[in-house]
Amino acid sequence: MSKDYLDQLEDEAIYILRETAAQFERPVLLFSGGKDSIVLIYLALKAFRPGRFPFPLMHVDTGHNFPEAIAFRDYLVDQVGEKLIVASVEDAMQKYNLKETPGRFPSRNALQTYALLDAIEKNEFDACIGGARRDEEKARAKERIFSVRDDFGQWDPKLQRPELWNILNGKIHKGQNVRVFPISNWTELDVWNYIKKHNIELPNLYFSHERECIEFNDKLVATSAFIQPKEGEKVIKAQVRYRTVGDMTCTAAVPSTSSTLDEIIEDIIYTKISERGQTRLDDQVSEAAMEDRKKQGYF
Amino acid sequence: MNTLKFITSGNVDDGKSTLIGRLLYDSDSIHTDQLGVLKKQTKVEGVDIDLSLITDGLRAEREQGITIDVAYKYFSTKKRKFIIADAPGHEQYTRNMITGASTVDLIILLIDARTGITTQTKRHSNIASLMGIKNAIVAVNKIDLVNYSEDRYNEIINEFQSLLPNLNFTTINYLPISAFIGDNVVSKSDKTPWYQGPPILELLENAEINEPIDQPLRFQVQYVIRPKEDTLHDYRGFAGRILSGTISVNDAVIVGPQKISTTVIKIEQNRVEVNTATVGDNVILHIADDVDLSRGDHFSKVEDVQPLETKEVNAMISWFDDNPILLNKTYLVQHQHKTVRAKIAEIGRKWDINNWTFEETTDIKLNDIAQIKLRLNNALFIDNFEENASNGKAILIDENTYNTVGALLFKNEN
Ligand SMILES: Nc1nc2c(ncn2[C@@H]2O[C@H](COP(=O)(O)OP(=O)(O)O)[C@@H](O)[C@H]2O)c(=O)[nH]1
Repeated sequence: MSKDYLDQLEDEAIYILRETAAQFERPVLLFSGGKDSIVLIYLALKAFRPGRFPFPLMHVDTGHNFPEAIAFRDYLVDQVGEKLIVASVEDAMQKYNLKETPGRFPSRNALQTYALLDAIEKNEFDACIGGARRDEEKARAKERIFSVRDDFGQWDPKLQRPELWNILNGKIHKGQNVRVFPISNWTELDVWNYIKKHNIELPNLYFSHERECIEFNDKLVATSAFIQPKEGEKVIKAQVRYRTVGDMTCTAAVPSTSSTLDEIIEDIIYTKISERGQTRLDDQVSEAAMEDRKKQGYF
Repeated sequence: MNTLKFITSGNVDDGKSTLIGRLLYDSDSIHTDQLGVLKKQTKVEGVDIDLSLITDGLRAEREQGITIDVAYKYFSTKKRKFIIADAPGHEQYTRNMITGASTVDLIILLIDARTGITTQTKRHSNIASLMGIKNAIVAVNKIDLVNYSEDRYNEIINEFQSLLPNLNFTTINYLPISAFIGDNVVSKSDKTPWYQGPPILELLENAEINEPIDQPLRFQVQYVIRPKEDTLHDYRGFAGRILSGTISVNDAVIVGPQKISTTVIKIEQNRVEVNTATVGDNVILHIADDVDLSRGDHFSKVEDVQPLETKEVNAMISWFDDNPILLNKTYLVQHQHKTVRAKIAEIGRKWDINNWTFEETTDIKLNDIAQIKLRLNNALFIDNFEENASNGKAILIDENTYNTVGALLFKNEN
């Protein structure tokens, strides 16, 4: 009997999580509060229960998060009863005198790297498990499951190790660490179908709700402590949801009345705009933006 | 339906990127904002969007104008999810092709209708066969450029069939396509009425990939689960993924290097207890006796053919490193979850992958494929790759750089 593709993806991810636990001394699971990392936690439960997770969870907190996302993070951590470390981008900004991108929709995306690398060094993490997927972006299409980084967190596309079959080589030298991507082979739609199949709980940001927004470059941005309407700018009450949960300052909402998983899945099948393009205000600057950021140690 | 993983191969300019681009484009897997970027990049006169740019990844590669790594692409139709391993075809990138080939179930061999079978076609077919790929689609591309000639098509197919005695494919489909125009890609072309079969997408949707089920159980402990909580004091589970065969509660098994006999008393899978588990499943096994097992220790069933226990391994190696292999240097062999130290005891003959012949050699360099003999510091429990691929392979790691420097396919005399 051949397996359903979602079972195959799950098998692969559990395998990778166990391989990470076995090959590294101090792994950590990067938890963003978004759907991909929520799925990772669900997979880790399958991989390690009835044992504890052989790693803590770590949230790189930009200080610009949606309150709903933080509340859900704490709720979930409490439910699974595992340890959470919070690495603060604001601390890193103070320490290194860093500035977020200027303008009305400041992004601290690139600054996450500093907080992450500091936390890696302080906790001596040798493997960081993340929820990145190869379908997200061109530069990720060649990413390895075990991706070796130097102590600057840098990724050299030319020096990646070949990955044969499912044999993962996690041997590293001191100072190096590995980024691990258990859901590399999932697409956005796979993630949603999996969430539906297993009835995985998500923050309500993902479902349609009413929110006060301003319109900017055809995109809806929620007003908040960080984003205030300008003089004369119209604030509209819109029925929206989020496709990715990033910072309040630079994540756009999408107009949507989809309030169930089925409706969201249908939405995705019919929207032809990829996740990043639709929701990130900061990613379209240059087509090679992601590649540049990865070279600098971004996830 | 299960996923189909495939690789496309061909000479440079045979139309590999165009074919992948078309499959992604016609299956609506390319999003509009990505399309916008692609349109901007398209520099071909009179062409709206250059489909071949879709698979072309990193900037460094774009600058050089060639693909130098394996990129993975995803698309799905109503019927199936597909993963494409896009690897370059040049001889100097044999390692990339081997890497790509190691993860797939099917190969599309693209042949330019004008040039026909080339050395590269032979090489790619040979590599696919070596790596155990059982399904092939031979696509004669650019059929539009030979006026959709049936004669030319048949000529090429006949020549390909003369190569078959050396190859180990079990299913081969042949068809004429034009990746550029779209003939026989997603839908059947009316310009090739002499071709009766389905378009390539349909062949992919219906390709049957079956894990061999009649194989002996092969299992290695991947990770030992031993909770520290008092309530779970006696819990000790051996987690791992079944490499081949099946296992059931009450099976008599032989475990670990000491080959201790015991019985499986409990199997957990996805947090529930199950009675039987099969190849590909992630399980946690519990045994009747208190045996101290660790990562890499194997399980086999008493009733099955046992794996070969050996400290001397013959293998085909595909060499990936810029530096040549060194006799007597210590390397690491990672056989799934078990890692042992190894010395290269002998270099055998080199395989001329273009012609399927062997020649004497004294060294093994980047992209070479050759026979070697390894001496190990600890025994491995292995099978020959051709008999049981999942337990018959390993990677070679440089003990100094920790780079993966070779792929090993075991081939021992029984
Ligand atoms: N006429 C015609 N041109 C094709 C066909 N397939 C590819 N090409 C062209 O051949 C050239 C090389 O194709 P490309 O996909 O880049 O080849 P690759 O190097 O194998 O990836 C491009 O100019 C394509 O437009 C085809 O079926 N018919």
